Amino acid sequence: MAIPHAGVVKPGTSRNTKTGSWRVQRPVFLHQECIGCRQCEYICPEGCVFGEGKHFEADLDYCKGCGLCAAVCPKQDIEMKPEENKA
Amino acid sequence: MKRVLEGSQGVSEMVTRCRPQVVSAYPITPQTHIVEFLSQKVANGELQAQFVNVESEFSAASVVLGASATGVRTYTATSSQGLLLMNEVVYNLAGLRLPVVMTVANRAISPPLSIWNDWQDSISVRDAGWLQLYAEDNQEAADMHLQAYRIGEDQRVALPVMVCMDGFILTHAFEPIDIPEQEQADAYLPPYDPLVKLDPAAPLTMGAFMEPDKYLEARYLFHQALAGAAPVVEEAARSFGDMFGRYSGGLLDLYRMDDAEVAMITMGTLSSTVKGVVDELRAQGQRAGAIRIRCYRPFPKSQLASALSRVAKVAVLEKALSVGVGSIVAGEVHSTLYGTPIQVNGYIVGLGGRDIPPATVRTLYEHTAQGRPADGLFVDLKAEHIGDENYQAWRALW
Repeated sequence: MAIPHAGVVKPGTSRNTKTGSWRVQRPVFLHQECIGCRQCEYICPEGCVFGEGKHFEADLDYCKGCGLCAAVCPKQDIEMKPEENKA
Repeated sequence: MKRVLEGSQGVSEMVTRCRPQVVSAYPITPQTHIVEFLSQKVANGELQAQFVNVESEFSAASVVLGASATGVRTYTATSSQGLLLMNEVVYNLAGLRLPVVMTVANRAISPPLSIWNDWQDSISVRDAGWLQLYAEDNQEAADMHLQAYRIGEDQRVALPVMVCMDGFILTHAFEPIDIPEQEQADAYLPPYDPLVKLDPAAPLTMGAFMEPDKYLEARYLFHQALAGAAPVVEEAARSFGDMFGRYSGGLLDLYRMDDAEVAMITMGTLSSTVKGVVDELRAQGQRAGAIRIRCYRPFPKSQLASALSRVAKVAVLEKALSVGVGSIVAGEVHSTLYGTPIQVNGYIVGLGGRDIPPATVRTLYEHTAQGRPADGLFVDLKAEHIGDENYQAWRALW
């Protein structure tokens, strides 16, 4: 893509840039103990944890694997697992 | 109309004709009078602008950056440590392609503290990506501001412009200066029409993150943009000449260069002394010439190479120093002449306001004409200040 004048960018680039490729660990939502407190959703710095009721998932296109959702979960219902099939 | 004005007042009168909408500056000798006069103009209602008083040069530069990003014409001025304090913003202004115009009243860098003239301040930010114009007299200093806005705001350029004038030698000297009527200035300088601007209705990000796969190309394009400004600098001077009857700009000022064998190159007010010496040498049958670099950035490489194509030797007289290396401008002239047998000598003169009399210029001319080498040679050192051992080591270089 040609660089625009002065490197100016229009809004919406975060959606186009798939930062999930940075991840070395992925959150695995176990769906066993969830009480629906939404702490994982609120703490996610990327805003990429979505869900309803007692069922939440991270959008792995954008999740950088920071592990905050697993750390904040009061029921330890999210586990961080190493990414294994990295190119 | 021609009036006897202080150089600083000439600049502030011309800046008023340019109709900046935001002015922000912090006073520092010898720039102070320029912004004092401008602040009076705003207070008296003669200039319809916001004058933003700030607590530092860093803030002054930041204010004009923000204002310029919203698409209005802006102005600031500084000197010496003030420019150094602006440094981070100076680079941002260029990289964001904001055509701010700033006067630099050239002053030495501290320590030791000196309020007097050399070019170390503006030369030190030569790599920031601004255009840099150096004035020889106060008429030209004033005129260069009107040209600076036209050049910087030209959509082919979109870069900030520094107008550099020797502190005290110009800023505090009274000369007859012709300031155009407002209608004439308006006819030369159209309103600012930015390529991009900050607008809540159409949001965008300036200066965003760029990964290693693009940064190198972004810098290449930036370099091309500044190098490509050279013809616009020439165009601005030509149309200025057509409208006002004087040229007051362009890239180089060639003086008696037609059949010159030895050329002296310098910038700013020192050129007047050098031209006087060239006249004396010519009267004695020597084929001497002078070149004044008006536009130091972009560095006019091809124009300089062509102006020097028939000379045998070049002496570069500069009021700046790359500590630990020596000459700066002479090094760039040397790079311009890469692959030619032309000898380029570099002399460091006049730092911190040391006077450069014609006799000194003549000595340097003869030193170069005799084919002796000078790679960043300091000129006129005094034995009593540096001690015998240092003095003898320095003398041996001559």
